[in-house]
Amino acid sequence: MATYKLNHLQGLEAEAIHVMREVAAQFENPVLLFSGGKDSIVMTHLAMKAFYPASIPFPLLHIDTGHNFPETIVYRDRLVARTGAKLVIGHVQDSIDRGTAVEEKGYNASRNALQSVTLLESIAHGKYDAALGGGRRDEEKSRAKERFFSHRDEFGQWDPKNQRPELWDLYNGRKHQGEHFRVFPISNWTEMDVWQYILMEEIPMPSIYFTHRRLCFERSGALYSYSEFMNLRDSEKETLREMQVRFRTIGDMTCTGATVSNASTVVEIIEEIASSRVTERGSRQDDKRGEAAMEDRKKLGYF
Amino acid sequence: MTSVHQGYLNMELLRFITAGSVDDGKSTLIGRLLYDSKSIFADQMEAIELASFRKGEEHVNLALLTDGLRAEREQGITIDVAYRYFATPKRKFIIADTPGHIQYTRNMVTGASTANLAIVLVDARKGVVEQTKRHAYIASLLQIPHLVVCINKMDLVDFAEQTYQQVKHDFENFASKLAINDVHFVPICALEGDNVVNRSERMKWYGGSTLMHILENVHIGSDHNHIDARFPVQYVLRPMNTAHHDYRGYAGRVAGGIFRVGDKVAVLPSGFTTRVKGIHLGERELSEAFAPMSVALTLEDDIGISRGDMLVRVNNRPQTGQDIDLMVCWMDERPLQVGGRYVVRHTTSDVRCIILEVTYTMDINTLQRLEEGRSIGLNDIGRVRIRATGPLCFDSYRKNRATGSLIIIDEATNRTVGAGMIV
Ligand SMILES: Nc1nc2c(ncn2[C@@H]2O[C@H](COP(=O)(O)OP(=O)(O)O)[C@@H](O)[C@H]2O)c(=O)[nH]1
Repeated sequence: MATYKLNHLQGLEAEAIHVMREVAAQFENPVLLFSGGKDSIVMTHLAMKAFYPASIPFPLLHIDTGHNFPETIVYRDRLVARTGAKLVIGHVQDSIDRGTAVEEKGYNASRNALQSVTLLESIAHGKYDAALGGGRRDEEKSRAKERFFSHRDEFGQWDPKNQRPELWDLYNGRKHQGEHFRVFPISNWTEMDVWQYILMEEIPMPSIYFTHRRLCFERSGALYSYSEFMNLRDSEKETLREMQVRFRTIGDMTCTGATVSNASTVVEIIEEIASSRVTERGSRQDDKRGEAAMEDRKKLGYF
Repeated sequence: MTSVHQGYLNMELLRFITAGSVDDGKSTLIGRLLYDSKSIFADQMEAIELASFRKGEEHVNLALLTDGLRAEREQGITIDVAYRYFATPKRKFIIADTPGHIQYTRNMVTGASTANLAIVLVDARKGVVEQTKRHAYIASLLQIPHLVVCINKMDLVDFAEQTYQQVKHDFENFASKLAINDVHFVPICALEGDNVVNRSERMKWYGGSTLMHILENVHIGSDHNHIDARFPVQYVLRPMNTAHHDYRGYAGRVAGGIFRVGDKVAVLPSGFTTRVKGIHLGERELSEAFAPMSVALTLEDDIGISRGDMLVRVNNRPQTGQDIDLMVCWMDERPLQVGGRYVVRHTTSDVRCIILEVTYTMDINTLQRLEEGRSIGLNDIGRVRIRATGPLCFDSYRKNRATGSLIIIDEATNRTVGAGMIV
């Protein structure tokens, strides 16, 4: 007799597809946030499955700091060509030029925090009423209580004390004028689930997730890719050398740390994560600024 | 792919909830599960070592691992529902960590709504108390299929078997009144890990399984209804491109039973019948789909179908009606208004409704029905009768958690104010 069971990845997939279809059904003008990272690649894959054979019924929105890994942009443009999805780009540089965002100064300067300004401006400009994001609850403590459908007030802010209860798989996306929702279909996935799913679905990934040689330097115990966007202290310049690395998470170049790794396939990455001793956000500088750093940025409208 | 990698694709998903009164050791237990199953990373461990040291604690406080938002950290209590994740080679686990106090009943109900299993913590020194009964009641009300009673702090009662037997006896006595099918009892010491992941050397008299063994092996294959075929239509797919010019697919999540290609189905509420032509998951064609899969169905005949309609097997139909009896848990500061108008979301349909009456309220500490002064405020549970403006197609919650549940929304504030389980 057949057994009617889903494995954990199929279960998570069914949940994520259900959430995406709810968004398409409940909102008038949703958008999918696309950063080029593995989570947003998986999200795009899920969206294709959710609406096949129709095309994805919402555009992809990329908030571009201008400090990208070139591989991310190549991958993004190919994905857009392959899927026929519509791509909208919000440039952090435009917010800086308008004076709504102010460039950070000093050695640790990063445009990472400025992305939230550009994101809110892009949402307002596109009149989007729901923004689908690839946030996962396991990434960071304050995300543990995030809802699938996360309500944002007219200033784009999240109020962790005043969230709507979310029961069964019934999602309440009702809202007043000017409010919007962030929606996180892969809330229940871990880094491991994401890679196992990439393996199961044979999703092509950008090359920088796999091992390669790269000029790196050390900063506060982490490794960073050398790039023209970062100011190096003299002591950091001394640590510059070619190394065999890969990235576990991909964001803005100025705050994405590299990991020493020989993993050249998805299977090897899974094995590496299984034996890994630090969380993926352990390699991101933005979260180290304080235990409650993420929570603060989220309240302000960060992804 | 090698067999090791096939192993990753053979894991099941188990969702569970933890309930206990403040200080029963819930956070310590979750920390222990994460720690002993090696789900904690070095940087997380360093962070809690540092935090424990700052607080002047003697041991590394595993409870700090599960501690949530800042305000709660400051108050030193957990509120709301926080989700945690860990995996063993057999299963991936999602923990809904909810507070135990009566003023957080709604949070526990929320966490319980999707759980396969509930862990109810009992302090061995205190035994079965009012809160234990409330937690067990909520687990049964929400029809969580499996329950594990963990008798914690066994170290403080000299690991005595008699204490364990007493708690077991008291619990069974009381639980016989509740609809709980599968109950396990495990004596543990969360602080030092006895019978959590590793067997206790100090309770050799206990012949049962460790908590982890139960979590990894409890049979969850029948937790979904695979008998009564129900498919609420969520979204209509109309590509209208050249390759799929005439395609019209009905996207949704199977809410019960199994659908096969060729099955004769009825569309509710219209009652038209047709056959399933194809089942699709992305580009793949399937021969069947079962709960809780998200798929798209195509049908032999072109019938007008939209979101909110339900496909069912012709000879197995749900109830249809406008007057519905529910058990409701209230979630909002503003009490339920008899005569008040609300919106009900049931599967994929939204309908307006009016609250006809409150039949009774539950004293959830004593489990007495109160028929006097029947008002339902925040965190209260009671039975109500509603009238919807249009017919709903539903099953009892006991028969099907997906087609038997609904949420109540206040149209003025848009807030989700109530959770309903159809009687
Ligand atoms: N002796 C003993 N103390 C425990 C045990 N489990 C937890 N505790 C202690 O009980 C207190 C409350 O535990 P905590 O996990 O914070 O409880 P929570 O409020 O239910 O999350 C803490 O001081 C723990 O160290 C146990 O098995 N034995």
